[in-house]
Amino acid sequence: MSDADETLDVAPTTFSPRAFRWQRRRASAADFWSRFRGDRLALLGLIVLLVFIVMAIAAPWISPKEGLSAVDSIDNPTWAPPGRGYPLGTDNLGRSVAAQFVWGSRVSLWVGLSATVLTIAIGAAVGVTAGFFGRWTDATLMRLTDWFLVIPFLPLAIVLASVLDRSLRNVVLVIAITSWPGTARLVRAQVLTVKQRLYVDRARALGANRAHVIRRHILPNVAPLILANLTLAVPISILTETTLAFLGLGDPTRASWGKTLEEAFNAGAISRNAWWYYVPAGAGIVMVVLAFTLVGRAIEEILDPRLREGGA
Amino acid sequence: MSLLELRDLHITYRSERGDVPAVRGVDLTIDPGETIGLAGESGCGKSTIAGAVLRLLPKETLIEGQVLLDGEDVYQMRPGELRAVRWTSAAIVFQGALHALNPVQRVGKQIAEAILLHSTQSKKAAQDRVGDLLERVGLPANRARSYPHQLSGGQRQRVLIALALACEPKLLIADEPTTALDVMVQAQVLELLAELQRDRGLGLLFITHDLSVLTSTCERLAVMYAGRIVEDGPSHDVFGTPEHPYSAALTRAFPTIGDHASRMRPSGLAGDPPNPANLPSGCPFHPRCDRAVDDCSVADIELRPLGIGRHAACIHIPTSGGDDGE
Amino acid sequence: MRARFVAGKVFGALGTFVFVLVFNFFLFRVVNDDPTGKLFRGRNLSQAQLDRRRQEFNLDGTKFEQFLAYLKQTVSGNLGDSFLSRRPVTTEIREALWPTIALVGTSTILSMLIGIMLGIAAGWRRRSKVDVGATSFAMFTYSVPDFWLGMVLLAFFAVRWPWFPTGGFEDAGSTATGLSALLDQAHHMALPCITLTLAYIGEYMIVMRSSLLDTVNEDFLQLARAKGLRDVAVRRRHAVPNALLPVVSLSALNFGYVLSGAIAVESIYSWPGIGQATLEAIRGPDFPMLQGLFLLFSASMIIANLAVDLLYGLLDPRVRGR
Ligand SMILES: Nc1ncnc2c1ncn2[C@@H]1O[C@H](COP(=O)(O)OP(=O)(O)OP(=O)(O)O)[C@@H](O)[C@H]1O
Ligand code: SF4
Ligand SMILES: [Mg+2]
Repeated sequence: MSDADETLDVAPTTFSPRAFRWQRRRASAADFWSRFRGDRLALLGLIVLLVFIVMAIAAPWISPKEGLSAVDSIDNPTWAPPGRGYPLGTDNLGRSVAAQFVWGSRVSLWVGLSATVLTIAIGAAVGVTAGFFGRWTDATLMRLTDWFLVIPFLPLAIVLASVLDRSLRNVVLVIAITSWPGTARLVRAQVLTVKQRLYVDRARALGANRAHVIRRHILPNVAPLILANLTLAVPISILTETTLAFLGLGDPTRASWGKTLEEAFNAGAISRNAWWYYVPAGAGIVMVVLAFTLVGRAIEEILDPRLREGGA
Repeated sequence: MSLLELRDLHITYRSERGDVPAVRGVDLTIDPGETIGLAGESGCGKSTIAGAVLRLLPKETLIEGQVLLDGEDVYQMRPGELRAVRWTSAAIVFQGALHALNPVQRVGKQIAEAILLHSTQSKKAAQDRVGDLLERVGLPANRARSYPHQLSGGQRQRVLIALALACEPKLLIADEPTTALDVMVQAQVLELLAELQRDRGLGLLFITHDLSVLTSTCERLAVMYAGRIVEDGPSHDVFGTPEHPYSAALTRAFPTIGDHASRMRPSGLAGDPPNPANLPSGCPFHPRCDRAVDDCSVADIELRPLGIGRHAACIHIPTSGGDDGE
Repeated sequence: MRARFVAGKVFGALGTFVFVLVFNFFLFRVVNDDPTGKLFRGRNLSQAQLDRRRQEFNLDGTKFEQFLAYLKQTVSGNLGDSFLSRRPVTTEIREALWPTIALVGTSTILSMLIGIMLGIAAGWRRRSKVDVGATSFAMFTYSVPDFWLGMVLLAFFAVRWPWFPTGGFEDAGSTATGLSALLDQAHHMALPCITLTLAYIGEYMIVMRSSLLDTVNEDFLQLARAKGLRDVAVRRRHAVPNALLPVVSLSALNFGYVLSGAIAVESIYSWPGIGQATLEAIRGPDFPMLQGLFLLFSASMIIANLAVDLLYGLLDPRVRGR
């Protein structure tokens, strides 16, 4: 509270409101970064993420796509342990495990990010609408949200993925449809708090239209929450994608970490002691998920004043 | 021997945002059977002193000076000794009766716990005693079976008093025992405390932001500002002829009892209470003082003697050449 | 008052169940308006057989007629016959129920106990070694896909060092009875149980820890300490009972996941439970079976949610009073 007062006091009156807003945003971004940098684990997570992102983007240059095709790998040795030519060995069909690892990171990151963005978009839309309009809109939407919250997440994803065609797009859709309700609740609660604050009423009394109030007053205040939620939701999306792929519900045409694990398991990699087949994909998942969690936790801690104060 | 003696007590909280010197050199003595009032605005350090007596402050808190309970330094005690004097040598009626009681335990059990801890009584005997204690504070004995949320504010306050009496302490520290109550209940609770004090010869340290409450109950008064006592003495004198401008301001306007705003600004005094993490220089009262002179913002003014058993810390009190009476 | 509280909750649960019934219809007959078409594409099934499956799954007539037929059948407790085994879905499910309850139930209880104890130790001494260790452990297990953990454990403790069987519910062709049968089953259950327990501990630990952290600054703990209680007594008698509430509700809620929680892990250890059945139904795809399973999973979640609400009323005197 006193923070807000101070910023208001020092606001130079000659500034245009927009320049003032930008100045404030830049200042808070710098503040954010300096706090973030103080968290070593979060920094480590960020670096791990960057490495994986670079790998996913550069996949075609790191490892040619032919490595994934059983037809193109027909002359390769099968079940070859890591060694020359095959940094992570080969699988039962002679395909390079390294190629699967590199290309698999694309699917994990892509699905993880896009499913989360879609989840948050649905959740935020529902939450903002419910919180802002209140009354029966709120009642209806929240009833629906509660119902969805009760439906078990993975079974719903499984059923949806079973009745839909198997494609990456549908996997993204399935994850978003099953995981939006939590976000919706969170966002709604935040919108209600923001709405309580005087200035929204004042803005409305001054004749601002709803779109303006939502854009100018509600969204900026809900955005930090959404951001923290986003980073923490990515791991869930990634793990769900992995599980769906492992259950054979992913996109059958694309190498993904979950699919690699499914194929490794079904090909008997465990009884053959072919650890190189199933360890990289699993380790990749763990690293990416852990990295997102570390970064997300740091963001949450920075943004949530309650946590900050509890830091005795 | 005094029940409680604070010697040049300094207390500094450590928080992530820096140090908070909440108490900055307080001397205070309470003898058996004596009632002392401690008054001051919100945040001046009253509850901090109460917590320090039983060594309840967060363990990283920096504590300098001495706290003597029955002549023994609380901060030199071994853990076992400390636990033994807690609630038997001194007990506290905590501020905020709603949160001081465990919400998921019946109040009777919470009182009995203290009795069983410090005596060898049977459970049955302890239960009987809980009933007696509740009746002593004006509640029916069967209230022991209630949960805190089933009681009114006044009833909870009485439970807290009963709880504080459970081990027959010689010293009772009552931290704003009447603040959240309406006028009628407030009067009843005050009456109760006065009665208990008379009956048992308790020493009572009565903490409040409301001076008017203190004059009727206490023999002596200490007025605190920004972590220091700025005036003390017999309560009639302090209340009748306050020498420190802050005490004067406190006495000038009686706060409306139960009014929340009057808690933050007991006398309609202009300005906010100082932030202990960032105190004004010199006499910390100078930004709000109507008698301030130039020197006030630089001079560090200690308590100066003012007649018998009376002190005040203001530049306008003449220094009496080295006679630093205690 | 109290009856109204209970009635309200039960009524809400029924409402949710009706929603699930309708939603289920949508999933299987509207999202994809003829799932059987996809099912037998490319398979050698006569038109007559296909029609029979369609009819069995109530796919004839208008959507509204389909809905009524589906509702009538489902409400009467008939979930149809499995497309694969041709046996009633209810029978299939009943047979798979026990192994899952034994495995996941045990793991849930174990992880709950261990997780809560770890959480208490961590939350009471924030930033201590115990706290840092337990928190890192929880974050790590949370990041590991449970089935991958199962694969790794299998590779070590069933293949590399064959201490445990690689899968199944009991030794093949076992005729043992009584205690020795039970021991055999326990031996088979050990690895999957360890896998699931490790996978679940983190959540309980984190929730218990943060709930206790919210409690440590409460005034009533200050008072408990002031009374002269030892630190352990303050923790056990005052802090934990208050901090336990959210964990209890989490635990009750997680019992709703017992049936659906181990689909992938069961398949790793060929555990003949609900999870295996689900996987087979996915592979089919066996729509009547999937639908039955989905209803079962949803129903157990609804019941668990109801249990949480009622438990809260029971445990927290403040809620009960209202
Ligand atoms: N644990 C703590 N960490 C840091 N600062 C603290 C802590 N507890 C109290 N303080 C600060 O110390 C100062 C004195 O607090 P204290 O509770 O003693 O005030 P008080 O005189 O009892 O006020 P009130 O009338 O509101 O009860 C306040 O400024 C408060 O913010
Ligand atoms: S010392 Fe100065 S500022 Fe302080 S109370 Fe006295 S007159 Fe006021
Ligand atoms: Mg206080």
